[in-house]
Amino acid sequence: MKKISSVLILLLLISKTSFAGTYSSDPLMFVQELVNDAISKLSDKNLTKEQKENFIRDVAVENVDIDALGLYTLGELRKSADKNDVIKYKLAFKEYFLKSLTSRLTDYSSNKFEVVEAEKKSSNYTIVKSKIAKSENQPEIKIDWRIYTKNPEKPLIRDLIVEGLSLARTQKEEFASILSSNNNDINILIVKLEEFVKN
Amino acid sequence: MKFKKYIILFSSIFLLASTEIKASEECFEGTSRAIFKFNMGFDNIILEPIAKGYNKLPEPIKNGTSNFTSNIATLLSIPNHLAQGNIKGAGNATASFLINSTIGIVGLGNPAEKMGFSNQKEDVGQTLGSYGVGPGCYFVLPILGPTTVRDSVGLIADTFVDPFAHVTLREKELLGASGNRLDYLTVKGTTAVDFRADNQANFDSLEKNSIDLYASFKSLYLQNRENKINNSSESEDDWGNLDN
Repeated sequence: MKKISSVLILLLLISKTSFAGTYSSDPLMFVQELVNDAISKLSDKNLTKEQKENFIRDVAVENVDIDALGLYTLGELRKSADKNDVIKYKLAFKEYFLKSLTSRLTDYSSNKFEVVEAEKKSSNYTIVKSKIAKSENQPEIKIDWRIYTKNPEKPLIRDLIVEGLSLARTQKEEFASILSSNNNDINILIVKLEEFVKN
Repeated sequence: MKFKKYIILFSSIFLLASTEIKASEECFEGTSRAIFKFNMGFDNIILEPIAKGYNKLPEPIKNGTSNFTSNIATLLSIPNHLAQGNIKGAGNATASFLINSTIGIVGLGNPAEKMGFSNQKEDVGQTLGSYGVGPGCYFVLPILGPTTVRDSVGLIADTFVDPFAHVTLREKELLGASGNRLDYLTVKGTTAVDFRADNQANFDSLEKNSIDLYASFKSLYLQNRENKINNSSESEDDWGNLDN
């Protein structure tokens, strides 16, 4: 009985791993493998929308530093806000981020993606430069990936910089605007994030 | 009268240069948000449907239109490259304009790029920024969209510096070329439609995923201007102080 349950757990782990694969620890290869995997899954017509959404969620949870991104987007308030509120915020942000990401990516149509180079900024950060080839409805797009490499064995994505526009900074400034018009009340921001997830 | 206009323009620039207001600060947020709402309505009813129709045109027509408007915009870049002391940039822009206007058939093609002459777009706002003039506060203009005090002064100054505006908007002959205001408005309108059509998916995604769309547009506008002034796509690194 114990043997069967061990095999079942192992099978479950394997199937989970193969769906949201583990990628190289080299930042450049990490981005290349992750994007290739994403393109192949998202352009697979045999997968349902739900399966694609699950794939995006799994990949994001595993490879994006969602906690750090949440703290970054909260700005200086992360230092002064009540710790319990920050924990609540992190949970709300995670769900907001995953919903926003899946809605952006599930309809993704396959484009030619090319990793150009990696530039090590510090022991903590490497910027991987990439581009999506020009297609009928959009020009060539340059995307820089800010990869957090504090743990060299497990690189994590912290930001995407699309044509010089940082998505994390945009999000941070959007949240700052909401906070400043609501007396820096973190709970109002949390409510807005939860409303977004519900709708 | 003309002299008075220049005095006002340069006084504004001087005032700007001495201001320490950050671009993230609003000039009059309530009014800007109302104008932004109006602009979004204008986009939904007029600009977006035209851009969607434009996107259905055959690729060669879209490319030709985009090349044509970009080639005209090169005329504004040349004096600005010079004003920034960027002789190489001015040379590239001039070569790009001459090649595309002749071999490229009035700018419909872009053979200059294949020959290694690409134009980096420059305007007076960027030139002022390169001189160290701060952006001043942020606000939104009807139809024209997001701007800052510096960039709005630059927008007016552009029409004095741009040879195309001189010929069309001011209806003055230059090297045998003549035009009228309608030409100016048509080219500017087409540029806006081309830009909107190119960014259809981005606009849709932004509208769908923003909790405060006004703030998202503001952030993207300010980042874009910052990059253009620095001639770099390097994003500001403020991750360093993140205590994990």
